[in-house]
Amino acid sequence: MQRNGFDPAPELAELRAAEGIERIRTAFGLEAWVVTRFADVREVLSDPARFSNARLQYAGRAPGLPPVSPEERARQLAGNLLAADPPDHTRLRRMLTPEFTVRRMRRLEPRIREIVDEHLDAMERHGPPADLVAEFALPVPSLVICELLGVPYADRAEFQARSNRQLDLTRPVEDRMRAGRESREYMARLVASAQADPGEDMLGMLVREHGDDLTTDELVGIASLLLLAGHETTANMLGLGTLALLRHPDQLAMVRDEPERVDSAVEELLRWLSIVHTGTAKMATVDTEIAGQPIAAGDLVMCALPTANRDPELRTHPDQLDVTRGGVGHVAFGHGIHHCLGAPLARMEMKTGFPALLRRFPGLAEVPGTAVFRSFSIIYGLTSLQVTW
Amino acid sequence: MKGGLVAGVHVHADRDVCIGAGLCVLTAGAVFDQDDDGIVIVLDEHPADAAAAREAVENCPSGALSLTEDGSP
Repeated sequence: MQRNGFDPAPELAELRAAEGIERIRTAFGLEAWVVTRFADVREVLSDPARFSNARLQYAGRAPGLPPVSPEERARQLAGNLLAADPPDHTRLRRMLTPEFTVRRMRRLEPRIREIVDEHLDAMERHGPPADLVAEFALPVPSLVICELLGVPYADRAEFQARSNRQLDLTRPVEDRMRAGRESREYMARLVASAQADPGEDMLGMLVREHGDDLTTDELVGIASLLLLAGHETTANMLGLGTLALLRHPDQLAMVRDEPERVDSAVEELLRWLSIVHTGTAKMATVDTEIAGQPIAAGDLVMCALPTANRDPELRTHPDQLDVTRGGVGHVAFGHGIHHCLGAPLARMEMKTGFPALLRRFPGLAEVPGTAVFRSFSIIYGLTSLQVTW
Repeated sequence: MKGGLVAGVHVHADRDVCIGAGLCVLTAGAVFDQDDDGIVIVLDEHPADAAAAREAVENCPSGALSLTEDGSP
């Protein structure tokens, strides 16, 4: 799924305006139906009985993927909520929902604010120019998820590099799979020490409260997914969101100077940027149809979230960024049972991070020509962005 | 508040379907809350702010929330 700066690929916007839905060849060489309209995307994401996340993982092996033994495949998928359907998914998700309630996030707010401030202090001491991604956007959510989960922050360079490799579609698939295996091996060591001596963090909680219901492979899978999803996504929203605001100075001024606008601004940035190109691909479980197009059981279906979020049926002038009109009715976090588990945490990090950054450096400016977009990653965003103030 | 010519709403939540996303608490905090497990609790089945309740029901990711206009079954 290519992007055009902040915007969805123009070809996908054309598909949205056309009748029915189309088949495309995915980055993995498989053919898939691509769903681009808001209503259709919500329909697909709301119906795990018709559109399965799990079935694809076992049946839909892309051509050219190295063979993997069934035991290894099962290990790769254990605990991965994105590769599960109900009732498995329900069982795993229910163990995690208490950790991400709105109330729990409010209790975390002071610590998140402290982490944000510490990184802004460091940036200030460093002096301009600075790489906003390396100094702020990436380390803030990385430290937050490390503390929550119980991962040593000292290991960040290695796990950040591994996540990057896992998501980078320009790398050979063998390398991406190796990165996934290394991530699990790393997490297996952390899980083993949590099993020996469970701490107060989320890993400790999972071991203490669900140690009897979860296999070690599942624990490793859950924790690996939370670590990757916990830092890659918010980091890219903070980086790309800041660039979007820098390029819309009137909008930036509102986020900086009008605290009552921040909630709405975060929702609008989520909608407008939609950094997750598509959720997990799904497999039709029965012969069905989407937007009048017959779909056969076994067909793959992908939902183009950026295009759905720019659907004129969702917002008038959808391509315009307007921080005053944001609302939660978008699909940047997905929809249905796989709706982002960490969404309340991501929102809290952004609601804290954007205004704090803009108030600390009221003269924040992009060094022209330094924004590097992650064009070929599963999660969109910036690799780096030099800023001055 | 209710009755007369003001159309009210009745909200329902299916706690077995809820995935604990918490969006309803963000959009209509006077109507919905989460228990310690993150699962939805209805605080006010007949909310005065019907618009906020409607928004929460429309945006509920899991489809756990529903709403009937008062007067209908």
